[in-house]
Amino acid sequence: MRLIATFIILFVFWMVMAGKFDLFHASLGVISCLIVTFLSGDLLFKESRKGRGKEVVRFILYIPWLIYQIILANLHVARLALSPRMSELINPQLIRFKVNLKSDISKVTFANSITLTPGTITADIVGDEFHVQGLSQPVIDDLLSGEMEQRVAHIYSED
Amino acid sequence: MEIVTIIFVLGGLFFFFAASIGLLRFPDFYARMHATGKGDTLGGFLIILGLAVYNLFHGGHGGFDLASILTSVKIIFIAVFIFLANPTATHAVFKAGLDSGVVPWTKEGSK
Repeated sequence: MRLIATFIILFVFWMVMAGKFDLFHASLGVISCLIVTFLSGDLLFKESRKGRGKEVVRFILYIPWLIYQIILANLHVARLALSPRMSELINPQLIRFKVNLKSDISKVTFANSITLTPGTITADIVGDEFHVQGLSQPVIDDLLSGEMEQRVAHIYSED
Repeated sequence: MEIVTIIFVLGGLFFFFAASIGLLRFPDFYARMHATGKGDTLGGFLIILGLAVYNLFHGGHGGFDLASILTSVKIIFIAVFIFLANPTATHAVFKAGLDSGVVPWTKEGSK
């Protein structure tokens, strides 16, 4: 099942990249996608489990909110960078906090979301403790309010 | 539609500009990672989005046909891979800095 899914995803990607839909190019795509699926089909989906489709839909719904947060935080960092009183406004500090996320994939999603929003970088994850470097107080407060964590937990049904 | 492209590209340029200023002005290695690692994500995303919109209506053979849509999808794929690769690379460089013992700048330490 997951091999078929891998093959279909690869083939759609091939068709988009090739842009030619005649028999010759399509059969080239089928042959190379079959070889790749045979060699590394277990990379894309590690194990098949239920609720994968729901997670994908929720993840796609999560992206617009993430982009909105990225724009907000980017404006904040741009204002800090251009402000004449920059050295008074910034207050870099390394903070540690525990999260309630369980699976690896949800932790990785959360960590990459933190790093994508400007002003915060995930330095390390030890167990369920996140080490995050924040650039200034407002972005740290935003992060500790836990809204992003709740949304990530909701994607993977861990809330 | 050119207006939309111009707005997107100008917005992207603004964030690249702020990232460059931040790179020069922030006090230490870690704060500079904030400026460059992230300003580039949104700046690059906006510029790529602007190019995709422009290509959608002016690319291919006169615009808005299969060829221009496919090219725009490919351009969007660049943005997707930037969004995947950029936080990972930023995290890796940041962690390398911490592991090799670069001391972070703090407000208390500077006084």
